[in-house]
This record gives sequence, C-alpha cells and structure tokens, in this order.
Amino acid sequence: MSVPIHSAGAGRFLVLGVNHRTAPVQVREQLAIPESHLAEATEQLVKVPGVDEGMVLSTCNRVELLACTNNGSVNLRDFFGHYFKTPTAQYEPYLYELREREAVRHLFRVAASLDSLVVGEPQILGQVKEAYTVARGVGALRSNLNALVTRSFAVAKRVRTETTIGSSAVSVASVAVDLAKKIFGSLQGRTVYLVGAGKMSELAARHLISHGAGMIFVANRTHERALQLAATFDGKAIKFDELYETADRADILLVSTGAPHVIFRREHGERFLQLRKNRPMFFIDIAVPRNVDPELNKVDGIFVYDIDDLQAVVSSNLADRQREAARANEIIESELERFVAQLGSADVVPTIVSLQEHLESIRQAEVDRVRGKLGKLTPDQELAIDALTRGIVKKVLHAPLTTLKTAAREPFTMTIEEAIRRMFGLKRE
Amino acid sequence: MPLFWLRAALICYGVGLLYSLLVIARRREGFARITMPALWLGAVFHFVSLVESAVELHQLTPASASETESLLAFLIIAFFLAVWIKYKTLSPGLFLFPLVFLLTFMAAVGPQSAEFSSPLLRRGWIFLHVALVLLGYAALALSGVASVLYLFQEQSLKSKRPGALAGRMPALEVIDEIGYRSLLFGFPFMTLGLIAGLAVAQSNFGVTAFLDPKVLLSLLAWAVYMVLVYTRWTAGWRGRRAAMLATFAFLAALGAWVANYFSSMHRFVG
Repeated sequence: MSVPIHSAGAGRFLVLGVNHRTAPVQVREQLAIPESHLAEATEQLVKVPGVDEGMVLSTCNRVELLACTNNGSVNLRDFFGHYFKTPTAQYEPYLYELREREAVRHLFRVAASLDSLVVGEPQILGQVKEAYTVARGVGALRSNLNALVTRSFAVAKRVRTETTIGSSAVSVASVAVDLAKKIFGSLQGRTVYLVGAGKMSELAARHLISHGAGMIFVANRTHERALQLAATFDGKAIKFDELYETADRADILLVSTGAPHVIFRREHGERFLQLRKNRPMFFIDIAVPRNVDPELNKVDGIFVYDIDDLQAVVSSNLADRQREAARANEIIESELERFVAQLGSADVVPTIVSLQEHLESIRQAEVDRVRGKLGKLTPDQELAIDALTRGIVKKVLHAPLTTLKTAAREPFTMTIEEAIRRMFGLKRE
Repeated sequence: MPLFWLRAALICYGVGLLYSLLVIARRREGFARITMPALWLGAVFHFVSLVESAVELHQLTPASASETESLLAFLIIAFFLAVWIKYKTLSPGLFLFPLVFLLTFMAAVGPQSAEFSSPLLRRGWIFLHVALVLLGYAALALSGVASVLYLFQEQSLKSKRPGALAGRMPALEVIDEIGYRSLLFGFPFMTLGLIAGLAVAQSNFGVTAFLDPKVLLSLLAWAVYMVLVYTRWTAGWRGRRAAMLATFAFLAALGAWVANYFSSMHRFVG
C-alpha cells in the first residue's frame, strides 16, 4: 500500500449519519449538505477536537460523517446541530453511529452498493469517490481513513466483478429496454411507435431513445396531445384513424391508451408481420385494462409483454440481486478481516524498526570494543566476525518479531512473563 | 496422413467440447475465457496438419474419408471463428464444438480409412467439387445451428422468463443475421460444387450417375436449401418455419454424407 499508516488501528474509525432506512426524507433533506458546501463541511469536521481525518458523504439517500479519531471518545452527534444551527434533538433519534470494525464494514457495504435503496445501483460508488476527492482536496484525508476509503473502492470493484449484483434491470422501463435489445440487438435506428400519449409511455420512450432508438411515431385519441408529445421527441404525430395502416412500420410499439378494450388483435399482428416480411415486432402493453390481445404473443415473430410480465421480470431480477448480495457479503467479510489485519500489523512496524535499530547499535558497540583486543585482522576474519554477530542478533530477534506481527491481529492482554515466554517461544517446564 | 498436428488440434477442440457440455448441463458458462484461445490454437494446428498432408501427397484433394472429415472440421471452425470476429459470440459453438470434435476425432484417432485410389481424384474438377461442397456444408451447418439458437431464444422471450443462458446468447435479430448470411454464403458454393460434381459424374459414369443415392440425397438437400433461400428472400421466412426447413435440409445433407458408404461412385476406388 502506498499510503503511510501510523497511529491506532481500526479502533478509531467512526461513522455517524442517517440513511433511507433510519430517517424519513424530511429529516434527510434537512441534513443534506449540497455539493457546493461539501468542502467547507469537511473542513469543519476535521476541526472537531479529536478528529484526525474526516470525510462527508451526502446523497439523496444518506448523509454520513466518516472520521478517524485519535481517541475513542469523540462525539460527533452535535456536528449537524452546529453546522445547520438546529437543535440536535430534532434529528438525534434517526442517527446511527458505528465504530471500529462496524464502521469499516459499513463503508465497504455502502461503496459496494449493498446498503442502497436499490441494491446494486451503480451511482453510489461515484458519490463516494466524489466525497473522497473533496476530502483529499481540503487535506482531510492523510493516512488511515485515506487507506480505508481507497480500499472501499477496491472492495466495490471486486464485488462488481465477482458477482452479478448490478447487471440486471430492476425498473419496468429498463426491463423494456433490455427486452428490446434481446430482440433487436442494437436499438440504433429502430422505430418506436407510441400509441396513447400518457406519462408512462413518455418515460419508457425516453429510455428507449437514450439507448439509441431512432424514429418516433405518436398516435393519440386527442390529436393535439399527440402533436405535443411528438414535438418533444422530434417525432411524427399520426391520426388515430390511421393507426392500423401505419403500425407495421414500428419495431417497438408502446401501447398505453385509456381505452377499456383491446386495440391490437391477432389478425392485426399477422397482417403487420406480412407487411414487414416477418421482421419481429415488440409490443409493450402498459395499459390497464390491456390494449393488446395476449393471443398476439403466439404469432411467430411477435413478442407481447404486458405490465405484469414486465413486473415479473423486475421481481425476478431483484431476487437475483438479493442472492448475489449474499455472495457480496462474504466478499466484504473477508476484505474486512484483511483490512483490519493489515492495519494492525502496520501499527507494529515502528516497534519492529526501533527494536532492530536498537540491537544493531549494541552489536556495533560490542564489535568495536572487542576489535581493539584482537589486534590486526585479515579481511576474511573481519567478515567472519561481522557475519557471526549479525547471525546471532538475527536469530535472537526472529521469534519475537514473528510473535509481534501475529499478535497484532489478536489483541489480548497477558503478563510480562507470559509475553516473554511467548516471544522467545519458551515452553513451560 | 500425418497425425501429430491433427491430434494437437483435437486436444484444443476438446476444450470447446467441454465448454459446450458444461453450458448445456449446468446452464451457465464455465471457463469461457480459455475456450477461444484454445480454439484459435486448435485451428492453427489443424491448418498446419492440412498443409503438411497436402505437401506430402502432392495434391490438394483429400485422399481419404478421414482427410475429408478433417477438412470439413477445419472449414466449420474457420467459419465459426469468422462469426466470432464479427459478432463476438460463442453461442453457435454450443453445437458446432461437439460436431468439430467428432469429425476431428474420427479423422485423428479413428481407423484410418483406405486411401482413395481412383485416378479421378488427381483431376482439378474433383478438387473443385469437393472443396466447394465442403465449403457449402460448413456454411450450412452454421446456418442450421443459428436456426436452432433462434428457436431457443425466441422460446425464452415468448415464455417471458428469460433465463441466464438466453441472457448470454446474442439478440434474436443478430442470430437471424448470422444464420441468413451463412445461408447466402454457403448456398452458391453448394450449387457450384454440385454442378461440378454432376459434370464429372456425367462424363465418367454417364446418366446412371443420377441414380446414385448420394447424388439423389444431395439434390434433395440442395432443393430444400433453395426453398429456404427463396422463402426468406421473398417473404422473410424465419423462426420456426425456417428452422423446420433448415432441419429438413440438414438431415438430407447428413444423409448425403452418410451415403458415401453406400455410393459406389464416391468410394473412389478402382
């Protein structure tokens, strides 16, 4: 690791905040810190006595303070109160506070999008990275917290590559796009036909366009509305009477009229397909009651998904994500162990170095002292004495150094006698 | 026929076979990462083996049934790799890898069939016939596999439960494009190859050549393929109807291949 690590281990990490599970939106929006104020808030955080390093994460679903403290008793509960000049009691019941390993685990989970409202959504990692950049910018991240946050990026990446947690669509509109891609490959240049100009179809159409769909047709009972919507998409409005004459030009039909009856029947589909030389058609029926006869799905080359079908895909994808989340948790637990162990052993490095320096200076002094008595030595003899003394020191130090490194990972107390026995590997009589 | 390189190729194709079996059995992809390098390597070994045997025999035309199998396997893998370069999909391999492995296995490990002794094989026309027909076979095998994949993908979309395997397969239209292009590519080769074959047969065996079972089956397969191309061209037939025709054509072609063992003309002895 390129970042120098000193001072205490995982014991001094602290996370304090609110998220979508602990606090209603009214509370979250009160505590939200806009991007433009993030740097200033981070600076204030590291000015709190006892706080060595700090970072502020503020998204629409969470506001969190991350800190590395130089003693275990720092209290950040009043921070929001001071910052926003509101009484602490207003938000205190919604706060959660995590320390030590819990804090490390929490950040790993947040960055890997396991703590998100929609598990596996990809934005959160970018938001953590932004917070990190801001905190680095104001010099609020230097050693331990810096190492923790950068590690959380690596953990998030590992989760993303080793599980499929973020790879399936979990909204109706994105499932529709996924299915369209399964049928047509690229959506580039595909024609989308909106039948009915409701909000839902507008949203789905936007999604399709953002994935490359080309020509847009709009047909609506009230032609003015069709004209209006077509204008926003740079598309073409078509009179509702001409629907059946023009529908064969569509690759994707988004149907959502308020009509209480079926608009497209099997025979329509068969005729469209004949006109299209059997090129496939995708009917997305988001109207309730349905506007597309389910029988149409039986025509070769026509695919009909109604709102329930789309929902079913959404829920099955969500269930997949839950399963993958379990695997992601295992990754996080193992990364947590690794990180804490590394922090612990990094802690003992200064001790090891000074112990080695101390013994080396003793060795030098002893060699110099005895040299005077030995008279003139050949270069070979000089080398032999040097090798001998170095060898003794190294062998004596070996057991204590090993013990020191392993003991750093299992913090418990023992008597000095026990410690020395263990250090030199002495067995009890 | 020198077998060392061919057997090396067989080992590489074994990786492909294992990949297919794992995908079919476990419904999820395993070691996809090493499959492609193994196949490329196999194709290179295979090519070396073909060149070696052509140099050794001083002729391009396969000199035995084993060599014909080997050449066909190579052409199929070459087509597969061409499709891979364009579409980056392993899916056709699901069916092609076992086929390629089987053909290579028969050529590399199976009993070495007697060499064709007929002096006919030394003539350019026969080479043209064999090369064109094999090219046609390879392209049409790819087209046939594409139609099976099409049905599978269509079924998964219609059932409204797109499974994990279907999720990794190419889009319906892409599969369709692969199939149609292979068809358009293979059909002229098949046609010209048959014409060349018929010309040779006519000049050597006279009209009776047309009563040979292999010739009849080949003509039947060709006719079905023509219907396939025609209906696709005019009415855009695809999906189930096209797949049914393609299966039928494939069976006829398979029959024509098997008929080698019954056709006096294609034993090329004496």
